[in-house]
Amino acid sequence: MIQCTWVTLSMSQKTRILMFGWEFPPHNSGGLGVACLGLTRSLKERGFEVLFVMPKKLDIQTPYARMLFADIDGVDGVVINSVLSPYLNSLSYEKIRGRNGSTSIYGPDLFSEVERYRALASDLAQKEQFDVIYAHDWLSFGAGIEAKRATGKPLIVHVHATEYDRSGGESGINPHVYGIEKQGMEEADCVIAVSEFTKNIIVRSYGIPAEKVRVVHNGIDETTAPSGSGVQRMRALKQAGNKIVLFLGRITLQKGPDYFIRAAKRVLEKNKNVFFVISGSGDMEGNMMRLAVALGISDKVLFSGFLTGNDRHEMYTAADLFVMPSVSEPFGITPLESMRLGTPVLISKQSGVSEVVHHALKVDFWDVDDMAAKMLAVVGLPALSQTLSENGRSEAEHITWAQAATKIDSIVSGLVQKV
Amino acid sequence: MKSVCFYFQVHQPYRVKQYRVFDIGNDGEYFNDRSETSLNNRRILEKVAQKSYIPATKLLLALLQKHPEMRISFSFSGIALEQLERYSPEAIDLFKRVVDTGRAEVLAETYYHSLSFFYSVPEFERQVAKHREVIRRLFGVWPRVFRNTELSYRNDLASWAENAGYAGVIAEGWDPILGWRSPNYVYTPKGASNIRLLLKNYRLSDDVAFRFSSRDWAQWPLTAEKFNTWLHEAEGDTVNLFMDYETFGEHQWEDTGIFNFLEKLPEEVYKSGQINFKTPSEVIQSYDSRDEVDVPDTLTWADTDRDLTAWTGNPMQKAAIDAIYSLEDQILQANDGRLLEDWRKLQTSDHFYYMCTKWFADGDVHAYFSPYESPYDAYIAYMNALSDLRLRVQKGAKGRV
Repeated sequence: MIQCTWVTLSMSQKTRILMFGWEFPPHNSGGLGVACLGLTRSLKERGFEVLFVMPKKLDIQTPYARMLFADIDGVDGVVINSVLSPYLNSLSYEKIRGRNGSTSIYGPDLFSEVERYRALASDLAQKEQFDVIYAHDWLSFGAGIEAKRATGKPLIVHVHATEYDRSGGESGINPHVYGIEKQGMEEADCVIAVSEFTKNIIVRSYGIPAEKVRVVHNGIDETTAPSGSGVQRMRALKQAGNKIVLFLGRITLQKGPDYFIRAAKRVLEKNKNVFFVISGSGDMEGNMMRLAVALGISDKVLFSGFLTGNDRHEMYTAADLFVMPSVSEPFGITPLESMRLGTPVLISKQSGVSEVVHHALKVDFWDVDDMAAKMLAVVGLPALSQTLSENGRSEAEHITWAQAATKIDSIVSGLVQKV
Repeated sequence: MKSVCFYFQVHQPYRVKQYRVFDIGNDGEYFNDRSETSLNNRRILEKVAQKSYIPATKLLLALLQKHPEMRISFSFSGIALEQLERYSPEAIDLFKRVVDTGRAEVLAETYYHSLSFFYSVPEFERQVAKHREVIRRLFGVWPRVFRNTELSYRNDLASWAENAGYAGVIAEGWDPILGWRSPNYVYTPKGASNIRLLLKNYRLSDDVAFRFSSRDWAQWPLTAEKFNTWLHEAEGDTVNLFMDYETFGEHQWEDTGIFNFLEKLPEEVYKSGQINFKTPSEVIQSYDSRDEVDVPDTLTWADTDRDLTAWTGNPMQKAAIDAIYSLEDQILQANDGRLLEDWRKLQTSDHFYYMCTKWFADGDVHAYFSPYESPYDAYIAYMNALSDLRLRVQKGAKGRV
């Protein structure tokens, strides 16, 4: 009886998380939104209540969290109709704004948007009841810091990517972004990194003590995995005996599309029946088209543009091999998406996901010869493809958001108890 | 009186280097890795000889000298001997001295440590014959007891061995095969008349080979005194302790105390006067068969399945092993010594084991002994080398026309 009473009591006192994010499906352009959905759902299943804050009003409905919009639920917010993407650096953001012909409803730049979000957070936090604050990536760190200052509640920052990944190295670092990232990690009570790979960067390049950084790998489950019907449009290509090798991601320096194309060149020297599909968009798209032309393989390298929904699902399932040649990949959810659909994957060793998957081929992103050799192996050896497919599918089924939420549970519980 | 029968397996494969698709047609050397990795066969061999074969054999020589009644036995793969002759003549010399005492029996197996019995009996017989040759040349003896690669065994292997004139054959003492029976007796294989079956006592063997240094094990540390008590407690005529020779110094490092254990064991065993040591042939001569044992499906000494799935369980392994044996006719027709030798070196069971994906994702590094980063890398290197071999065969065939 006593036990029952205790259970009832604890049920009625769910731990509440005030979570600051930047994107959430369907309004997302990449892995951050997927991660927020997956984590929010699994945290709810573990008995947490999540108040998910977005910088501006969007049409988002989810059973897993109460959605708050800083511009409305904060104080006198202005509805910001933004082109913001968490994946843009400030320079390309300005370029896009220039192209769109900026109007007065936008902030003058990405940093103004971030500052606006920060400014609204303090009032919003004071109006809500919660036990712990949680912020995803640098765009939300400022908001998280303000909420902590206003309420004294513990702050967790979750690092999905760092400026080092986005800029492709030391020389491209934006000092302002780096500053916000560093401040967020310093003021946080705990830093969550999506991989050991990212933890190393956080410790080495941001000077955060290793014991303050916890690794929680991403996962995948039915709510975040791509779904759709079978292969339709690619069927003719495949029936003619061609193999398809897929790159799916932003066409940016970080994702290594140039290594993919150079490897394609090597593959085509040995095997003409392979098509290479580049699926996505990004600032290197034009360069990559020119590179394919220069290498004389433009008839074998297809650019599909950015795909969503059924198209994305079809592309994964049509492919014989998915390649993630990233130069610096904090985690990388797309290989898990591919594995779940039974398509073998070749991933760069410079990625977080390579820490958790075994049934994948791995390569150093710069080793174009090895990349090409492994592409040739998968398209040429049916038994290899079959074994990777079968084992990869079952392995990906066990890399879940629920596992991630279990780890976050223990981190949150530790912080809440301390208070 | 009860006996303890030791058999040590000495084997080292020719590991295939990271043979890339771009090497096909350009590089006919598959086993000549010279890197600092575990694919460098010479490097591995020299290391294992220094850490294990040489010190362990010196110790056994001393023990044989000290205890005139002591007996042991070895099974050497042909390719291990071949590599030792080239890279560690000292180890070969020590093995010769041990066999010369007349108290160490040498067993028969396939020269290339292959699973050929299950794919081509004629090829299997050629490899057994080649092994007999090398054993006779180095040690001057003819083996009388047969042990097949990975202790793989089936009723028809026993029939084959009986027809070939062997006195005994060795297998795993696996409970589902034995039922209520103990592995500590001599048995007769189903359908055989003269040949005898010796079964490994895997519990006591694995206490030494696998658990010796495991601090999670309730019996750690294992002393010679304690192990001797267990040997005395074991019921039956013979306790067959079969294990990899690398147990001494390589799987169990010197600092675990494994050599001290081995050094102390004979005098502990002799103290009671109730146990002696025997070679497999002596066990077969000394004790009557207690029953017939029926093994219709292949039995091995591997993992918890005790079958061939560690070598042929996934589509890559099946494709690889089918591909290598499908070349038999062409290779024999080519009548080219180099080709024949490369083909046979690619039959060694280790290649297929490296492709096993059964435990690979468990995160248990100990479950996956392999010089490759993954089973997939092992398969790719192997199939590329095989493609090159196929090209060489075809080229040879064209040349003859």
